Amino acid sequence: MNFTYSEDQLTYRDTVAALLSCEVTADSIRARWTSAQGIDANLTQQLADMGLNALLVPESCGGLGLSELDFILLAQECGRVALPEPLVENAMAATAMLSEVASSDLAAANQCQDTLKQIATGNASVACGHWINPYVNMADTSHWLLLPHGDEVHLVSTQTVDLIAQRSSDPSRRISKVNWQPSRGTKIAGGQQGAELWRSALNRGALGVAAQLIGLAESILRRAVVFTTDREQFGRPVGANQAVKHLLADCAVSLEFAKPVIARAAYAVANSPTRADWAVSHAKVAASYAALLTVRHGMQVHGAMGYTWECDLQIWMKRCWAIDKTWGDVGFHKNRIHEWLLNPNALMGAEHTFDKSGSPSDESNSQQGAG
Amino acid sequence: MKLTYTVEEQGFRLQVRQWLVDNPPKQPLNSFDTQKGFEQHRQWEKTLASGNWGMVTWPKEYGGRGCNLIEWLIFEEEYYRAGAPLRVNQNGIFLLGPTLMEYGTDEQKERFISAMASGDEIWAQGWSEPGAGSDMAAIRSKATRDGDEYVINGQKIWSSRAVFADWVFCIFRTDPDSSRHHGLSFMLVPLDAEGVTVRPIEQLNGLPGFAEIFFDNVRIPVFNRLGEEGEGWSIAMSTAGFERGLMLRSPARFQQAAKNLMELYRAKRNDILDLSIEDAVVRCYMDAEAYALSTYQTASRLMNGGQIGAESSCNKIFWSELDLKIHDAAMRLLGARGELEADSEDASAELGGWLDGFLFAQSGPIYAGTNEVQRNIIAERMLGMPRK
Repeated sequence: MNFTYSEDQLTYRDTVAALLSCEVTADSIRARWTSAQGIDANLTQQLADMGLNALLVPESCGGLGLSELDFILLAQECGRVALPEPLVENAMAATAMLSEVASSDLAAANQCQDTLKQIATGNASVACGHWINPYVNMADTSHWLLLPHGDEVHLVSTQTVDLIAQRSSDPSRRISKVNWQPSRGTKIAGGQQGAELWRSALNRGALGVAAQLIGLAESILRRAVVFTTDREQFGRPVGANQAVKHLLADCAVSLEFAKPVIARAAYAVANSPTRADWAVSHAKVAASYAALLTVRHGMQVHGAMGYTWECDLQIWMKRCWAIDKTWGDVGFHKNRIHEWLLNPNALMGAEHTFDKSGSPSDESNSQQGAG
Repeated sequence: MKLTYTVEEQGFRLQVRQWLVDNPPKQPLNSFDTQKGFEQHRQWEKTLASGNWGMVTWPKEYGGRGCNLIEWLIFEEEYYRAGAPLRVNQNGIFLLGPTLMEYGTDEQKERFISAMASGDEIWAQGWSEPGAGSDMAAIRSKATRDGDEYVINGQKIWSSRAVFADWVFCIFRTDPDSSRHHGLSFMLVPLDAEGVTVRPIEQLNGLPGFAEIFFDNVRIPVFNRLGEEGEGWSIAMSTAGFERGLMLRSPARFQQAAKNLMELYRAKRNDILDLSIEDAVVRCYMDAEAYALSTYQTASRLMNGGQIGAESSCNKIFWSELDLKIHDAAMRLLGARGELEADSEDASAELGGWLDGFLFAQSGPIYAGTNEVQRNIIAERMLGMPRK
């Protein structure tokens, strides 16, 4: 038992965090809002050069062959700077889904391997139009889309679909509805295999959102502390008042207790698939509560300033509000936990917090919650 | 990161489990806040000590097993799973014991630790005074040096277990010209010493779970001072750190309560019209699990050389509010029968100990530093907000 990240994981996080904090500022995010595509092409290439798009891609396809546990700290950093580029969503859901097909015995494995090699070099990108989400973010900047038709998985060229742009309350998000026609040529998986692909993509997508929410919320909390330390009323910083301190302390508590839940979920997705549904849903719910509380209190302590367009806080707040509802909202995930808890075979109690061994075969699927 | 138990850890769990099948009392004990129950619980401490299970993290020379923190968590999980009795000597073993090991002289360790581990000496805690509650640095009770002795005068209050305990650990003002956290010293006082008067205070459940202690020219040897004169505050803070940090409320207690709550919910959910009860029980289960995950993470960090800091204040807030939520949900599920005391004519097993737990849970956000004080600590020390 060792519940700590490795030195390598922490060092890699620090490297990525340093790049992001230099390259992604509130001003540069606002500049994206008025640009045609809404992304920074140079930064996108830099991130690709670091291997981030293909972090979860097997080394045989040119990726880094790392796991969700390695990615989760990076996803938090992407949230911290409110990165508009869809790195986390694409890498965690779409690209990882292609990797699963590439490593399978499906006929489309070769095609997916080729596509992954393109992604690893930064020459292609893929987004995921999961059935749980009504819209795809940044679909127009992706070369490929993974789209559902029942349980089937289709890999579709973006040029062959109609993207109907919608306007998000978060100006950093470029969401669209996708109108398309499935064909035999675009199908890469179906039946039980297709359903499993969608299910694991949902878990990874939700995990990515949970991690970003933590980063976004920690950034809001930091801004709130700085603001309430600088801003003076009644001759002293407003942050010296207990009423203000306690609002922000509550945010810190809820964030502190969400982070280990997210680490456990990433570990489960990477190492212990029979526990992934439960662990991811817990992570998504915990991150959601912590983030939305921090948005509310963080805005409150900014006073009227927090309610303005000018105040950069909106970049982080609106991202939280928007992505919180994607990849399954709190109701969806809480319901998965509820069903699991009502399962007569549910492994409840402290001795079941963790697996007995690293092998998922130790626990039968009958002990898994409903999907 | 490796979130699975090693073969050794699994073996340890089975060893604990077996011992807890064979040894705990078959009938529930009386409350340790009664004379009879106190002695029953003392006897259980002796049984634990006889198997070297009293405090598994302690070194073998003090009756422990030299376990690491992960093994301690496993022990606690099995302990609550078995429904073994509450620990009457928790002030001693969880708080004073580690402090003695850190600050005590060899002679002091020799004198106090074994007797504590064996249950021969049960400890009460004496920090608060009538004028020094949340503001502990305002204490006024004095210990005045007189040759090889200190002469103690003053008053402590809210001392848990003091009514039946044998000893109390306190901080007193040894420098009469000092103020606040300066000039304080940490003392160990036998409660049967001449000049000590213990006045029981009944808690919300009507039992004398804590007491006022009056000191009237009480003489103790200088030997009973832990650390140097004037170091009392920092030693007490390290004890408070243990208390809020890891040891006082291990997650297994709440995971077991959350599991019991789920069982109650499964039995009663179709009788309950309150739509929000589903949300409440799911959140309780999740939060109990989150507390466990967080504790494992902290334990791993400490084992890798890390330190526990202001996050112990986060812990204190989280478990005390979780305990309230769990018992609130249980009382909602029990409905109008929830008010029944266990000896009522119509009481039944279904009521479990929920009412007792519900009343006790009300004290969680108050003792060991109120949650408001903890929020101040988090804001100032963890977040860096201005003190003034």
